[in-house]
Amino acid sequence: MDLYNLTLHEIRDKIRSGEISAKEVLDSVYKRIEAVDGKIDAYLTLSKENAYEAAEAIDKRIAQGEKLGDLAGIPMAVKDNISTKGVKTTCASKILENYIPPFDAHVYEKLKEAGAILIGKTNLDEFAMGSSTENSAFKITRNPWDLERVPGGSSGGSAAAVAADEAFFSLGSDTGGSIRQPASLCGVVGFKPTYGAVSRYGLVAFGSSFDQIGPFTKDVEDCAIVLNYLYGHDERDSTSLQVEHGDFTQALNKDIKGMKIGLPKEYFEEGIDPEVKRLVLDGVKILEGLGAHVEEISLPYSKYALPVYYIAASAEASSNLARFDGVRYGYRAKEYSNLEDLYINSRSEGFGDEVKLRIMLGTYTLSSGYYDAYYNKALKVRRLIKQEFDKAFEKYDILISPTSPTTAFKIGERLDDQLAMYMSDICTVPINIAGIPAISIPCGLSNGLPVGMQIMSRALGEASIIKAAHAFERNTDFSKNKPTL
Amino acid sequence: MNYETIIGLEVHAELSTKTKAFCSCKNEFGGEVNTNCCPVCMGYPGALPVLNKKVVEYAVKAGLALNCQISLYSKTDRKNYFYPDLPKAYQISQYDQPLCKNGKIKIEVDGQEKYIGITRIHIEEDAGKLIHGTESEDYSLVDFNRSGVPLIEIVSEPDIRSPLEARLYLEKLKGILEYLEISDCKMQEGSLRCDANISVRPVGQKEFGVKTEIKNMNSMKSLQRALEYEEERHKKILSEGGTIVQETRRWDETKGITVSMRTKEQAHDYRYFPEPDLVPIVLDETWIEELRKALPELPDDKKKRFVEEYGIPDYDASVLTLTKGLSSFFEACAKGHKNPKAISNWVMGEVLRILKEKELEIKDLNIKPEGLRKLVDLVDGGVLSSTGAKQVFEEMFKTGKDPETLVDELGLKQISDEGAIVELVKQVLSENQKSVEDYKKGKTNALGYLVGQCMKASKGKGNPQIINKILRDMLN
Amino acid sequence: MIEKKDLHYVAALARLKLREEDEEKVREKFSMVLDYVGMLNQLDIEDVEPLISINDVTNVMREDEIKESMDRETLLANAPDKMYGCIKVSKVIE
Repeated sequence: MDLYNLTLHEIRDKIRSGEISAKEVLDSVYKRIEAVDGKIDAYLTLSKENAYEAAEAIDKRIAQGEKLGDLAGIPMAVKDNISTKGVKTTCASKILENYIPPFDAHVYEKLKEAGAILIGKTNLDEFAMGSSTENSAFKITRNPWDLERVPGGSSGGSAAAVAADEAFFSLGSDTGGSIRQPASLCGVVGFKPTYGAVSRYGLVAFGSSFDQIGPFTKDVEDCAIVLNYLYGHDERDSTSLQVEHGDFTQALNKDIKGMKIGLPKEYFEEGIDPEVKRLVLDGVKILEGLGAHVEEISLPYSKYALPVYYIAASAEASSNLARFDGVRYGYRAKEYSNLEDLYINSRSEGFGDEVKLRIMLGTYTLSSGYYDAYYNKALKVRRLIKQEFDKAFEKYDILISPTSPTTAFKIGERLDDQLAMYMSDICTVPINIAGIPAISIPCGLSNGLPVGMQIMSRALGEASIIKAAHAFERNTDFSKNKPTL
Repeated sequence: MNYETIIGLEVHAELSTKTKAFCSCKNEFGGEVNTNCCPVCMGYPGALPVLNKKVVEYAVKAGLALNCQISLYSKTDRKNYFYPDLPKAYQISQYDQPLCKNGKIKIEVDGQEKYIGITRIHIEEDAGKLIHGTESEDYSLVDFNRSGVPLIEIVSEPDIRSPLEARLYLEKLKGILEYLEISDCKMQEGSLRCDANISVRPVGQKEFGVKTEIKNMNSMKSLQRALEYEEERHKKILSEGGTIVQETRRWDETKGITVSMRTKEQAHDYRYFPEPDLVPIVLDETWIEELRKALPELPDDKKKRFVEEYGIPDYDASVLTLTKGLSSFFEACAKGHKNPKAISNWVMGEVLRILKEKELEIKDLNIKPEGLRKLVDLVDGGVLSSTGAKQVFEEMFKTGKDPETLVDELGLKQISDEGAIVELVKQVLSENQKSVEDYKKGKTNALGYLVGQCMKASKGKGNPQIINKILRDMLN
Repeated sequence: MIEKKDLHYVAALARLKLREEDEEKVREKFSMVLDYVGMLNQLDIEDVEPLISINDVTNVMREDEIKESMDRETLLANAPDKMYGCIKVSKVIE
């Protein structure tokens, strides 16, 4: 077996034991990328030189007998909307095509400090707006399981990279499902933290009150390890929580007897593929077999989640993206005769169609005369949706649903059907609205394509999620499934 | 037709915190361009704001000093618009839940006390500065040093009834903010800015007339001038049967007129919504009370105390408490001194004169309170005449020397010795028999002539009061 | 279906311009999404408070202590056009 096939914790053990060097691990990964990324196109930028420099430094420290942490020498991929100083961060947009951030995102700083090595930046839907990575201004990323299909989005590149063993873990961002849905479609583990648990400093903002950065990994143990390094208060992010999060790996290998699981029926109804439903319910049965108590519940307000999301997140986005005006950084149009033209031409030429649509939608819902009917209304419904979850978690430890209503759809299939594309997020969006954490883990294959199970818990209920997810993984083989490339 | 003028003022004051509102860059006026900036105040993607707690403290202090209700719960909002000096293309401000509300400020108009209501005070951030090229150059440059500097916006109720009142309001407000030491309040540097809303209505009409907004008034004087002009403009239009166009107008200092700023852009739709990157500000009563107790003595209270403690008239106390610097200077001179009224006269007179002439601030005045006290003592003790004292004062300013030294150097010591003066007067009387007779015949201006002759004989050093007294005694 | 002039108004507010050939398509898409999110009008929730703060965090503030600013060269490295240490834009008429 090649090194690149292994999991993070397996590589970590080999590096620690001195069996392999960080450089060797990198060699393996870059070789893999050379072999398959031409077909997958997960990466937008590779940072080989810096990577080898970092690997050399790690190897030296190990040689000097230093005891290093879990992530030392582990190659990772980072979604291209997370700021990496000195390395292009494009958000898959023409408007930032040549933008090089002068500072690091908080999470990137922490991971670097922990010794993780940046392989490169991965592809996404432009400014994280999309569910298929087809909205990237530069290229599409293909699902490693079937190159004619999408990897999901918006963090398609990061999901595909881990699925294709082109990275041992990667970072994505999740605003309406952008980590979980591609994790589901690519058959990997994807985690969205409690809102505020991971610093957003350095993440190019889309929906400020929804965005969270999270990991893609090959299994739940790796996920717990990475979360330990991502979580933590950052004084540069005012929405960052000041909570001691403890060691998430303590939640591995735990008994789930007596765990109370709720199945919100609305998440198993409209639009859910019967095969997907069956596999998820089978998965739930396994958990039941391990001693968990399962009950059906109802979350009726969840059906309003997508409209709330498309109003509120778009509104925030319309404001967050206004800074891309061609003045201080990014693309400035070549032709303009006055200031207004500078703005209009730079933005119209620099942004893609989906981004423009959402900016206009957001602008509309905030504008005079419409604020109450749309934005303010959305905030009210947001409270109702959150309250509904809060109530459910008074009784249940976790809730389970499918992550995505379908398996990976074909490239181009939903491009002309706006609403169908938006419906991809029907199970994931409510979680962002409530600000609660959730994971997507593989729970089987349907016609050779991965299906994901979503496990959610109350705010800061990560331990319950990891407990259940790991118990499921330990008692099944789905995490061993790999695409043939 | 008699018209009533209605004015409301919107004042922006830059807070004199060490750092900006939402990042830790230096808050400094006049630094080299773009050297006090970071990703946050330059609006880089991924940068996030963090509120400076001093900003909240200063804003609450202003609210307390202006008799406002302090909101126990308030939040920030985004005000969205495009402009090159606005890096995020939105300003973090407060929309519907400001920090302070419903206050009032006392002003004195023609000896009458009047209260002007304060609708609200809220915190927000300043934008950068635009530097324009010359007429022929087709570009503008942007300096972001000022971007993110904290501001408080103070909105008055439309209780102001004349351009003079507006000026008095702004002067009083400026004084209070200076006393609190929360803002430099320098209109010429832009740390205090004022926009006005003005309308007129026929006396007796209940509804307000159509208002216009006036911008670009860069001094107290231009505020008054601009509003006087605009008031006239409104009255003229209305009396000719026309209608006022609701618009924003720019005061042109050189031409002395207001000009319409109507651009082809529609009215701004700022699309205010709650700032998702910041969290609510929840204050508790105890903390507010502590702040209230720690407030320095404010102008109104200080004025009252000056009148009581120093026995000076109301008018004097008003002038002396206009600015904190001046009141501190006065008090340093007057405390424990037996003639505070004389001190007051000197401060209101010569001190203010020289500050204005040399365009100085009181803190840069090189005359020490000790020096002024001594000067008054010398005059009171008859050593120095009032004319002589003025000369000494001027020299004190020029050289920084103390008054006694200067009296000697300038040879200004008055002759106050009664004996010597008696001799002198005797001499003058004997040489001016005719004047003596004229005086005895009833020609009172002969006295003045004789006083003059005595002064001349004393080479100007005779103490005029004593000369006068002895002359009269000897004549009668 | 949203009025053309309303769509143009919104685009102008956002400093965007639509290509003429795309106008109809964008108009349709926009209207479709707007109709969909209008689903919220089904709910009668006058007395519900809008949710503004997702977690219960309040009063996050920092001390008024100066930290070193970013050096100008790095700060302006991504500038499309600069002059005399400033960002350069088209002449702004005030």
